[in-house]
Amino acid sequence: MARGGRSTYGQRVPGTIQSIERAAAVLHLLGAVPDPVPLGELARMLDLPKTTAHGIVRTLCDVGFVDQDPDTGRYSLGSGLATLGQHVDPHLIRSRATNWADGLAARTGLEVQLAVLRGPSVELIAHVFRPDGSPQRLRVGELQPAHATALGHVLLAWSPVATRLHDLVLTSYAPGTPTTATTLARALQRARRQGWASLDAGVLPGTAALAAPICHRVGVGVGAMAVVGPRDQVLQASGEPHEGLAEQVVAAAQATASTLQDRL
Amino acid sequence: MKGRYVAAIDQGTTSTRCLVFDHAGRMVSVAQHEHSQLFPEPGWAEHDATEIWANTLRVLPEALAVAGLDVSDIAGVGIANQRETTVVWDRATGRPVAPAITWQDTRSREIVAQLDDGPHASLFEEVCGIAPAGYFAAPRLRWLLDHVPGLQRRARTGELAFGTMETWLIWNLTGGPDGGVHVTDATNASRTMLMDIRSLSWDQRLLDLLDIPSELLPEIRPNVEVYGTCAVGLPGVPIGGAFGDQQAALFGQTCFSAGEAKCTYGTGAFLLMNTGESLTPSSRGLLSTVAYSLPGAAPQYAAEGSIAVAGALVQWFRDALEMISSAPEIETLARRVEDNGGCYIVPAFAGLFTPHWQPDARGVMVGLTSYVTRAHLARAVLEATAWQSCEVVEAMNADTGTALTTVRVDGGMTSNHLLMQMVADVLAVPVERPLVSESVSLGAAYAAGLAVGYWPDLEGLRANWRRAAVWEPGMSDATRRRGRAEWARAVESTLRWAEQP
Ligand SMILES: Nc1ncnc2c1ncn2[C@@H]1O[C@H](COP(=O)(O)OP(=O)(O)O)[C@@H](O)[C@H]1O
Repeated sequence: MARGGRSTYGQRVPGTIQSIERAAAVLHLLGAVPDPVPLGELARMLDLPKTTAHGIVRTLCDVGFVDQDPDTGRYSLGSGLATLGQHVDPHLIRSRATNWADGLAARTGLEVQLAVLRGPSVELIAHVFRPDGSPQRLRVGELQPAHATALGHVLLAWSPVATRLHDLVLTSYAPGTPTTATTLARALQRARRQGWASLDAGVLPGTAALAAPICHRVGVGVGAMAVVGPRDQVLQASGEPHEGLAEQVVAAAQATASTLQDRL
Repeated sequence: MKGRYVAAIDQGTTSTRCLVFDHAGRMVSVAQHEHSQLFPEPGWAEHDATEIWANTLRVLPEALAVAGLDVSDIAGVGIANQRETTVVWDRATGRPVAPAITWQDTRSREIVAQLDDGPHASLFEEVCGIAPAGYFAAPRLRWLLDHVPGLQRRARTGELAFGTMETWLIWNLTGGPDGGVHVTDATNASRTMLMDIRSLSWDQRLLDLLDIPSELLPEIRPNVEVYGTCAVGLPGVPIGGAFGDQQAALFGQTCFSAGEAKCTYGTGAFLLMNTGESLTPSSRGLLSTVAYSLPGAAPQYAAEGSIAVAGALVQWFRDALEMISSAPEIETLARRVEDNGGCYIVPAFAGLFTPHWQPDARGVMVGLTSYVTRAHLARAVLEATAWQSCEVVEAMNADTGTALTTVRVDGGMTSNHLLMQMVADVLAVPVERPLVSESVSLGAAYAAGLAVGYWPDLEGLRANWRRAAVWEPGMSDATRRRGRAEWARAVESTLRWAEQP
């Protein structure tokens, strides 16, 4: 690496990026020693100027890959690394979403659903009744076709696996179901642009829904939250959602997302 | 009216939170910080009261900020707290003289054993509605007076103050050493073992029996009343009420009439049934407790079934056994298997409460075979809460003569659907969750809102209750009977384990 290139990371292959190499060296070093390491030691072992080493560990701290002990100032591998390969547990999402989903139902008077993607379907992981006292059944665990629901549109639009789209069988359920790859792609594009998706009569005639993504780190939708109800309670005659509804759903989804950042 | 919202402080066992509610009882904001759980010796459980106060001062502005509110938007603040957790502090410095001893702590066992053997054991039950147990605050206070050097002497001079967490927070919020108001409410006081449950006043005979100087004690006040005005935290906002957390939840679930009941699933689990103006003597380990006391009205009572360890077992599974990394993940793990594989866990970590009241019971895992995986254990952890609920409901139905037909639930564990289904299954009645599952905070907010005229009366509050989910029972009678019998055998194996030879 820098100065003399004595470390094992010294052999630079053309086209590699030095700062990433150095960051990897810091992580390998912290992973190899049992105790937290002070900055001076870190810089010495990697043969880096202290300011350079500091810049690297600070950045790694910011992204959660390195932790700094508040008392000693020493560095160790961060918990963010351990959770890197783990998906976010749907039950954790449900637990963290409860207050926000309840609040959304209370303010809008609509039923609230949360879902995650399961292949070509969405699975409901939480469900808050329409708060009107009418008899309703808990629908948690139900699968619904992703292409025919607002929840599905949001989850597809915020999923990195866009190739999935070609595998979907676009069965028609109701007048609003997208049945061609083009209409679906257009709906997803629109969702990404506006930050939410609404769908009128996707699965059931007369029923509409509006969904927003629960994004975890770098914008991947780990879940989605939606309000569902009779068309005229979700949408105006023009097809646009009622004033302020999209903002409320987006705010509840974002509040849930922010509670996922610190995993208790 | 000035304020458009009401705030609640929920000083819980694991965390301190501030929630803000609007006029329809809808939550508009929440902020929360966990505090350290200190277990310095087996059977001991402590909190640092100073840390809890610092967390309170953090969550108040945070909750306002989340909703973009200003202090002037808050019409009043109410407090709900973990009950029976005992702290003694110096009135001049505001510093606690020792760590707070929490309700899960068992160190006062011997003090209680002496009371039980003494000639006056029945007096406690007669006066307070509760038989002596290490679960209540007074034996902890006695332990502190015995073990902190000089404390008994200083207590007599009036230098010191005793309180449960609401008392500690109200005193600090209203100025601490600088004019702090030293009060408690009737529900928290009913858990000390020192209050006459009929007159709602300290009983001198009981104070004498435990040699507790009355100079230490806060004044007992109704639940709905302005105690003072915040000097810090929410400066200028009236403190309009306080409640022990379980009574707060009963109030928040609007169980205002006799026969209405709720069960809160948090660190412990607590089923309370409103019994109106009458006390219900129990032969099955239910406690008589104050449900709420309104100024100028007769106190309303409740019968309570207490489960010491519910969510705490999930926490133990997470932190001590490191089987999961967050509490909700237990559902994912438990759903990997169909049943408990024959394994039962009885979490008698601090003895068993209702209906057994066995301080010498200790936890067991029974039925282990090489077939049992950690997924079966996860299931057994959740079933432990369900079967303990079943024992409590059986006691409640028998003692009150009113069979519960539905159970209203709330608390952190209600976001676990597998558990809620198990509860419905073993109780064989529907379980329903309200739209605001934060019933504890809502109850405290209701108290404060009533005190400052933000809400007019109890009937108005009833209309705020909305159903958010229902779990219908789906277990066959035969399966339930077999599980219940196996649970009984598992419980049997915990009894008297820690008995001194
Ligand atoms: N999804 C869940 N499944 C099981 N237990 C849970 C879940 N979420 C929270 N808990 C448990 O609930 C408790 C927290 O609930 P809460 O109502 O906040 O309690 P408290 O007011 O007693 O601090 C913890 O003991 C935690 O382990």
